[in-house]
Amino acid sequence: MLQRLEHLLGIEDLTREQISFILDQAKPFQEFQRHPLKKLATLRGKTVALAFFENSTRTRISFATAAARLGADTMNLQAESSSLKKGESLLDTVRTLEAMRPDGIVIRHSSSGAPEFVADRLGVPIVNAGDGTHEHPTQALLDALTIRDRKGQLEGWNLTILGDVLHSRVARSNIHLLSKFGVRTTLCGPAMWVPRELETLAPNVRRVTRIEEALDGADVIIALRVQTERLHEPALAAEEYILRYQLTPQRLQIARPGALVLHPGPMIRGLEIDDAVADGPQSCVLEQVTNGLAIRMALLYHLVGGAAVEPPPAKVPDKAQ
Amino acid sequence: MPTINDRLLLIKNGRLLDPASKTDARHDVLLHGPRVVRVGPDLASSDAEIFDATGLIVAPGFIDLHCHLREPGQEMSETIETGTRSAARGGFTAVCCMPNTHPVNDNASLTRSIVDRAAAVGAVRVWPIGAASVGSKGEALAEIAAMKDAGIVAVSDDGKPIATARLMRQVMDYCNSLDLPVMDHCEDPSLFAGGVMREGPRSIRLGLKGIPAESESICAGRDVELAILTRSRLHIAHMSTTGALEYVRHAKKLGTRVTCEVTPHHFTLCDEDVRYNTNYKMNPPLASRADRAALIAGLADGTVDAIATDHAPHHPASKDVEFDRAPFGIIGFETTLALTLSELVHTGKISLPRLVELFTTGPARVLGTDRKIAVGGAADITIFSPDLAWTYRASESPSKSRNTPFDGRNFRGAPVATIVGGQIVYRREFSTTAS
Repeated sequence: MLQRLEHLLGIEDLTREQISFILDQAKPFQEFQRHPLKKLATLRGKTVALAFFENSTRTRISFATAAARLGADTMNLQAESSSLKKGESLLDTVRTLEAMRPDGIVIRHSSSGAPEFVADRLGVPIVNAGDGTHEHPTQALLDALTIRDRKGQLEGWNLTILGDVLHSRVARSNIHLLSKFGVRTTLCGPAMWVPRELETLAPNVRRVTRIEEALDGADVIIALRVQTERLHEPALAAEEYILRYQLTPQRLQIARPGALVLHPGPMIRGLEIDDAVADGPQSCVLEQVTNGLAIRMALLYHLVGGAAVEPPPAKVPDKAQ
Repeated sequence: MPTINDRLLLIKNGRLLDPASKTDARHDVLLHGPRVVRVGPDLASSDAEIFDATGLIVAPGFIDLHCHLREPGQEMSETIETGTRSAARGGFTAVCCMPNTHPVNDNASLTRSIVDRAAAVGAVRVWPIGAASVGSKGEALAEIAAMKDAGIVAVSDDGKPIATARLMRQVMDYCNSLDLPVMDHCEDPSLFAGGVMREGPRSIRLGLKGIPAESESICAGRDVELAILTRSRLHIAHMSTTGALEYVRHAKKLGTRVTCEVTPHHFTLCDEDVRYNTNYKMNPPLASRADRAALIAGLADGTVDAIATDHAPHHPASKDVEFDRAPFGIIGFETTLALTLSELVHTGKISLPRLVELFTTGPARVLGTDRKIAVGGAADITIFSPDLAWTYRASESPSKSRNTPFDGRNFRGAPVATIVGGQIVYRREFSTTAS
């Protein structure tokens, strides 16, 4: 039985059916992005608060655009201008936001667990737009939508995630999501960024130190951004990373023919990914961005619109069955 | 504490557990003012007030080696008065308060002010611990001898480790000459590195910065080596890892004067219990399941000398924040005995006499003193029920803080009366018929 979603705090606790349902609901919104007039009245009169306690450009714009295209109004809170700078607590800040009666709050925060902290204390639907090194559920959903579109299904693929997995919320959400569909995941990167405990996150997760071995048999490759600003430890020289882990056209050939290349952005060309790969036919980078709008519209529609989340109609078969 | 010096109190029908004299018998205890005057079976006294201890354990007064009373400087979180009232409810008759107040207790006048304040408003005895270094900054030695004259019972830079091996060696040598134990909060700052919970599968899953167990054990190893070198009294505070425990075991085999304590949260909970709830954030962090099992084994086999609360109050607003921004620590006076009974005694891991040791002769040995119920000795007595069923409600605590993961927990076993210098400073009201 499908549980109604109150919040979207992470992928870990979602069922496979809930994920499939969200992906199915995003389909009409994908087509909608091609309309000449991109404005619905679905959420007219509703307000979505965008509380970005950590700097973000693409995710904030994506949520703001998704809300606008549904007809909702947005309230914006940004880290630089927020009262947090003046010493206000997170709880007081979000209570202030709540007092302006938004119908949903989208939160990005540098502290893992901040969206759950807020959801436990407010009576408003919360959408996690990335929390610390914990989860980035909408990114994983849009990645899944992209993979499903390109490859017809999610089940059974070999996924390779390259880079700083330890500090990546994108990697955690993707591992949780895709493992629910039987995907086998290989993690590869500098050893201090790929600790062995990552193998306990979900079934069928392994670590490999050589990129050539990691790419052998891969159907989907996610190259992570090298997040130097997150590191507490001494940073690895960029040249070392490029030498051992950059996704180059030669290395991509080791993967299965037609393997997909995804990147959550922002992409640093010449560091984690070579130009020819980023711009090549296997790259899904721009589709990911467009699909992000569809996923976020579907989520806001259900969480903010208050529409009851019902089981998918029986005529849509679950491909895994 | 106004004391009526000629008052007689007869504790009758209890099971007297006195580890020092290896007594485990149905003995009564007669108190006259602040002293014990008679111990034995079936005592009678026509003038005495009777305390009926039927079904209860009568033990020497419990000592807590490790707490934070927050006065001076953080009275929003706790004061000597509120903290000691909470300690009394937990069955403690004496508590050792760590020096990380504001300002740090690194001088004799501050030590005296704590001692004086405790004498005026404290519900139980307060034995201050002085800073090892000035401001606990890890540079110059604090005025330890002057603080000893003012009443400190040990030194520590608690909240952080004694900064360097060189300083630790000096502190140990100097404290040896003063016959004071050195208590260390074992942690390697470069491995700790901003962590907020124990490193392991759970920290990876939650995306919380992990602290490897080796942060503690490396520092404990350093300290044990130096204790062997200096032949000094080293006490490892709130020990949480197998590695540190093994160093202590090794040191004890060599016959050194190395001791250690474990907190109830470290033998009750483990890192798998951590959610984004800041009442599960403490330092050292909750350990792995395997480390917890090792600590329990150490409590049972005698490697661990004492159970200490590490009562660390933080006012509610300071804990009601993002996990990684919250201060470390939880309150613990009122749940420690109940957790020890529920988790260790009723599960068959340790005996009741061993429990009493861990709260009396064990901590006393760390401090270089003794703890017993003996004629002529102090009338500091803890009376508890090993079986009373009750539910802990943090809201009923006299503490100013509520930061505990055990709120609402059901327990079997509870403190019933706390007697300090012959005065009943806490007495639990309960019906003997209902559970």
